[in-house]
Order: sequence, then C-alpha cells, then structure tokens
Amino acid sequence: MKREDDFEVRRAHLKGLTDQELYDRFWALCEQLVDPLLDMGREYTSPAIERSVLLRMGFSSLEVKAIVNGCMERNLLQHGAGNVVYRLSQAKGLPLREAGVKLANGELWDEAAALFEGGAL
Amino acid sequence: MSNYWLDPNDNIDVREILKDLKDYRPRRRGWTWRTPEPGLTMGKFTYQDCSTPLKRGVPLPPARFMDDVDPQPVQSITTEIASGRFEDDIRRMRMAAHHGADHIMVIRTAGQSHFDGLIEGTPQGMGGVPISRKQVRAQRKALDMIEDEVGRPINYHSYVSGVAGPDVAVMLAEEGVNGCHQDPQYNVIYRNINMLRSFVDACESKKLIAWADMAQIDGAHNANATARDAWKVMPELMVQHAINALFSYKAGIPKANICLSTVPPTATPAPCVHMDLPYAVALRDLFKGYRMRAQMNTKYIESSTREATVTHVLNMLISKLTSADIQSTITPDEGRNVPWHIYNIEACDTAKQALVGMDGLMDMVELKQDGYLREKARELKERAVLFMEEMLTQGGYFHAVEEGMFVDSGMYPERNGDGIARRIDAGVGVGTIIERAPDYMAPVTAHYGRNNVEQYGGDPKNPSALIGGCTLEDPDKIVFIDELDEEDNVNVRMAETEELRRPGAKKIKPEMEWLGDGVVMTTMFFPCEKKLAEAAALEVGRRMGLQDVEVISREIMHPTEGTRIEIKGKVDFSLDVDSLVIPKEPDIMSDDEIRADIERRPMTVVAATVGDDEHSVGLREIIDIKHGGIEKYGIVVHYLGTSVTPEKLVNAAIELNADAILASTIISHDDIHYKNIALIHQLMVEAGIRDRVMFIAGGTQVTPELAREAGADEGFGRGTHGVHDATFLVKRRRELEAKGII
Repeated sequence: MKREDDFEVRRAHLKGLTDQELYDRFWALCEQLVDPLLDMGREYTSPAIERSVLLRMGFSSLEVKAIVNGCMERNLLQHGAGNVVYRLSQAKGLPLREAGVKLANGELWDEAAALFEGGAL
Repeated sequence: MSNYWLDPNDNIDVREILKDLKDYRPRRRGWTWRTPEPGLTMGKFTYQDCSTPLKRGVPLPPARFMDDVDPQPVQSITTEIASGRFEDDIRRMRMAAHHGADHIMVIRTAGQSHFDGLIEGTPQGMGGVPISRKQVRAQRKALDMIEDEVGRPINYHSYVSGVAGPDVAVMLAEEGVNGCHQDPQYNVIYRNINMLRSFVDACESKKLIAWADMAQIDGAHNANATARDAWKVMPELMVQHAINALFSYKAGIPKANICLSTVPPTATPAPCVHMDLPYAVALRDLFKGYRMRAQMNTKYIESSTREATVTHVLNMLISKLTSADIQSTITPDEGRNVPWHIYNIEACDTAKQALVGMDGLMDMVELKQDGYLREKARELKERAVLFMEEMLTQGGYFHAVEEGMFVDSGMYPERNGDGIARRIDAGVGVGTIIERAPDYMAPVTAHYGRNNVEQYGGDPKNPSALIGGCTLEDPDKIVFIDELDEEDNVNVRMAETEELRRPGAKKIKPEMEWLGDGVVMTTMFFPCEKKLAEAAALEVGRRMGLQDVEVISREIMHPTEGTRIEIKGKVDFSLDVDSLVIPKEPDIMSDDEIRADIERRPMTVVAATVGDDEHSVGLREIIDIKHGGIEKYGIVVHYLGTSVTPEKLVNAAIELNADAILASTIISHDDIHYKNIALIHQLMVEAGIRDRVMFIAGGTQVTPELAREAGADEGFGRGTHGVHDATFLVKRRRELEAKGII
C-alpha cells in the first residue's frame, strides 16, 4: 500500500483530546490488540512449550525432543507431553523419570496412546 | 565443589571455571539494579546521580589527578559480548566489569533462532556463541567470582527468541540468568518465524521470565536499525513497544521488569538531538511505570570509531535529558568487525565518562513544557494511536503484519509499500501450534494457561507438587549435558592455545578477540588520495610481516593531500615470556605522602646542570612546580643554572646547608657525564658532607646503574618526573634518619 501523509486529516478526532485522554486511548487500543493474542496462548500449545514442560519435569533436552516428537506422531501433544508421561507412569507403576526415558527410547508408545483414547482417565 | 577463587593479581583461570560445572548452582535469581547514592562524596567531589562505588575497578584516565576516584553512574551499564568463543569472552567480561559494566549481554550465534530445541555443549559460534546450558552455567559461575571481585552484582543476559523460546526460557530460569530479550514481534518480522507459533510460545516464555524475576528487553530497536530512514519508524516503534509491554504485563511480568529497548533514531549530520528528543519524551510520557533500556544508535555507524563514539555520547545526552534505567553500549568498532576486547572497554568507558560528566545536569536545566518539543511529542503519540486504529480495522495484529504495516519507510500514516509483510500461514514452524484438549495437563511451575492438574488430584496453584516439585523448585532434577560433539568443543579449542593460556603461560601473543589470534591494528597516514593510500597501506602491512592484512578504516583528510588508514593483520609468532626484559617500575609514593614528609621536616636542595652544558629543560621539569616538579611538594630548590662547575655546586650545598644535590648532566661525549658525577661525589667526600647530603644525578643519557657506580646515590634517565626524584629523596632521608646520621 502506498499513501501520502494524511496525518492532518486522520487526526481530526484526536485533535481535541487531552494528553491524558490520548494516553488512555493509546492503551485501550493496545489492549484490543493484545488480548486476542493472550487468549490464543491459553487455547494452544506447541512443541517448544511441551519440551519446556518436560525439561521442568526433569528430562534432558535430548529426551524431551524425542518424547515430543513421539507425541506429535501419535497426535498426543494436545493432551500435553507431561500428561502423557505422567499418565503412563501412573498406569504402569513406573517412576516418572523412568516412564519418560522409556518413551524417549521409543518404548511403551502403544500403551501411552491407548491411555488417551476416549479422552481423560 | 571447586574451591577456586579469583585472585585480583592474577588472570582468571578458565580451566577452573569449567571444573565441576555439573554441581554448580546459581547464587540468586532476578535482576539487580544499582543503588543510588544522591550526594555521594568521592575524593574532592560530590555527585548527584551516582550509585554505590565499586570495591575494585579501573577508573577513567584523568582520575590519577583526582585521587583515583571512580564514580559509577546510577544506570546499569550494558556491554554486549560474544566473539564466538565463550571461554575467551569470560576474560573480556572481567575487564568490562572493572570498567563499569554490570549488565553482560551475550549475543547468540547466527542461526540459533531456527534451531528447534536446546543446543548442548560448547560448539564455536559465528557472530555470537551458541547459547547452551554449559556455556550459560560457566559464564554465570565466572560472573559470580567477578562480581565478588568488583563488589557489585553483575546481571547476566541472554535471548529468549526463535522457535525454541520456551526451552531456552526454562534453561535461563534454571541457570539464574538475570535478564533477557523476549519479543514475539522480533521472531515474526526479523526471523520469519510463524506468527501464531511465535505468540503462543511467547506466552509460556513470559511466564518463565516472570518466575525468574528477569528484566525483559523488547526488540523494537531492530525496526530502527532496519528501516531505510530510521527516524520515520518512530510511530511504529511506540506501537511495537506497547504490544510487547502490555502483552508481557498481562502474561505476568511486573512493569518494573519490562524494559523498552529504545534508540535515539538518528545520527549526525542530521540534527539528531532536535529529532530524537521529542521522540524520547513521547515514549516516556506513554510508558510510565515501565523501564527504559537506552540503546545506542547502530544504524549509522561507519568505520570511524571516533564518529561512533560522538554519536553515542549524543545518545547519552538524550538518556540524561529524559531517563534511562539501563544504558546500553555499542562498541565503536561495530561498523568494522565483530567487536574486539578493547572496544567493549572503550564503550563502557564512554558511557561512564559521559554519564558521570553530566552528573546533576537536570538539577540545573529542564525541558520546556511548551513549544516545538511538546508539540512534536504529541504529534508522534497521535501518529502511534492512528497506527493502532488502522491495525484494528485491518483485523488485529496478525492481519496488520500480513498487510506489511511494520518497517515501512514512510512516517505513518504515510506508506511507501515497502514494509516487511509476513503471512499467517507461512514461516518457520508454521502449522505447529496445537489446540489444547480438555484434558490437557502440565504439572510444572510457571506454565501459561490452565495446568489442569486437578484431574489427578493436584493443586492448580502448586501444580508441580503433583510430581514432587519440578526443576524450578528442585535444581537437582536438571539433567546437565556436558558435550555432544567430540571435535567442536571448548576443551579442543583450549588445548590448541594451551601454551598461551594464563595464569602460568610462558608464551604471549597479541589478541583482539580470541586468545592467540595474533591480530594487531596499525594506523597510518599517506599523502595521497584514498585508493593509492589503501594499496600502500596493504603493502606496508605485508612488509611489516603481517598476514591476512585488511584495511578496516579509511578517512579522507583531503581528497589529494592525504588519507588516514587503519589496517589489521596477524602476526604468526608468539614470544617467550622469559626472554623479555621488563624495566623495573620506578618507585613512586603518593603526592600526599611526599607532602606530609616534607611538612614534617623541610628539605632544601641545590640543583644545576654541570659541566660545559647549557641544557636546562630537563632539570627545570624536575624542579618547577608548573611541570609537576619537586617544588610542588614544598621542597625548597636553589637552582644555580647551567654550565655550573662541580666545585660551585658542592660549595653551594655547604653554604645553604642543603639536604641534597641534584646534578643534571646531558652531554655524554667521552663519558663526561659520569666523570662529572664521580667528581661531585669526590668533592663531597673531601668536604666531609657525603654521608649526610644526598646526591642524585639525572639526564637523558644517564643509566641508574652507571650513575651509582660513579658515586651518586641514584641516577635518573629519560622519562623521569619530579615524583620519582621526590620519592627517592624522601625514602633516602628516612633511611639516613633511621641510621642516626641526620
């Protein structure tokens, strides 16, 4: 888009505002811009977010990559990678770390996937 | 754990820093601001805007005339360090801290933004270092020791951007990193990362930044560096700042930790203060409660380090006239190469010098409340409001980016159609965000959105309790990976330069970036036009024995009369430390100590240039108060003149009951200078005064050893100042007093 500087025309409705009113308008507009972005963050997750969850659960950067990739292949990431590891450890009676390492090594994926068929426990 | 500590009199031992890293735990988290001390007195001065002084540091050069005071401005001072080898950067960090930096920012290697995960180990970087846990941990550990040495907390800073933002944010939070860059807009516009992915990831990253109490810096200044005419993006810059600031605040970061990365957009020969100040005022009006990270202009840096330095001082005038919480520095060699050690230090000193020099400025001047300044500021704010109004009519942030609203070269609302447009369905990481299922769960601290642990009986306020605490509560759960690449790592690199590595090295080599790089810089002038001068300079460099010679700066003194050239090149040899002759440092007492001793017991000396010798300049410099000579300490000097015979000099000493004789002997033909020294000594012995009257001889050709052999108490050669003579006289007199001779 190309446009000449039409500031004087565009600003007609701002001209009469006090500095405080302009300030309030600035931040009100900004809020309208950022609120949908923040809402989106609550509704979605990503491989990086799930890796960051697993890192905090005590897995190495190499393990978290393998687990998250495994979740993506099996459409499990929507439940949370930490959830997959946690539920598997509960179901199998394994310590959390052991369950995750097995997943990272390519084991127990069928069992893990089965735990999420039909939604929550 | 290692019990290594930093010896102020020795080099940092990077090998020790790398030991036992697996067991290292950061000593704190969060950003530390300097402590203001209004009315601080240091030496003979009182400061209005300075902070708690350092325990150890390197003062500005003129400080030696001012009791070595080293006042520290109230702003945190940033230096950006990352040469590609983090082990060499550690030494630079120590130097920078001693010159006043307390915010060490480590630039990431090219390409890390697109690396989908954490990098481990210590591979070499390009234009920065690969940010890995080991690298971060080693540098934070080194900074712990360095901050103890200088006596001020040092903030360590890295980047939370790219497609692995949340991964990196966790690692930085775990490792006690104190500040970071985080701005999802940066990913979108400059790194072409998919916009949905960038903002979804940013939510998580910001929760972690909030938990770690880090100071966060946005990425808006990049628009300034990228836009064709940097000053035309001012309305947009305010919008970018606002989006990241409010987004971060609403994600949980306190305003006092949210820093706007703001740059005075222009540089000379534009009337830059006139253009930049209204913008700085507008920004501070709109962003009350947030912090200002004042960056220096990089957009217009050319290869002249002098020019860059003046621009940066003008930038700090803007900081001073408005406000800055963090004063960042740009190295003046940024227009030439990856910054060298010496330019990091120059930049820190420039900031310290300028800010201390303008101490108390705003107690004396104030910005006008009406007229051009306020009108222009208001105009910029209105343009920013209009920008956001249009974004909303376009359908919000994502649609505005698709329309190319950002980094357009027209001053909004003018549009030139050359903005950076990104598509919502494109970019790195497109299609990778996933809608959370109703049973989505994340049992960890600092997670954005619902953690949903209650489905397993957990407490949503303390989600990690479900798994017995996460790494943020229990760092022992962190899995530390040392190295993944056997070839590309710090141990291999350090082995290559082992013989140069201090402490204890027996070899030494010049360096600019990396230990042993052998780089040197030479400045020269040629009486000709630029092209010929460049060719000549390269040839001179080669004949000087330099390798890989390059011209790094050229400045026209006159189109034909002359060109100033700077070249760099490498030497391919190192030197044996033991083969080098290091002249003994002359013994110097403080001015105050000398004065006190002369006040305690007055001292009289007779002085003359002896023999057939009309030289007087050297001796006058040693004597005269205006040259910093010994008179300034209160020593009474009887100057007899030039071509004085040794007999006359010794007789005068007897008549005046002098404490010392100062004989200057410049002419050295046929060793006449030593013969005269021997004669004076002999005459003093014959007169019976040699034991109680001190005798020092000086001159450009005098060497101390030979003067002593000839009979003087001490000899002083080229480069001697009054303080050297005075120190000797005071010390020798104390010895004579102690022996009961006088």
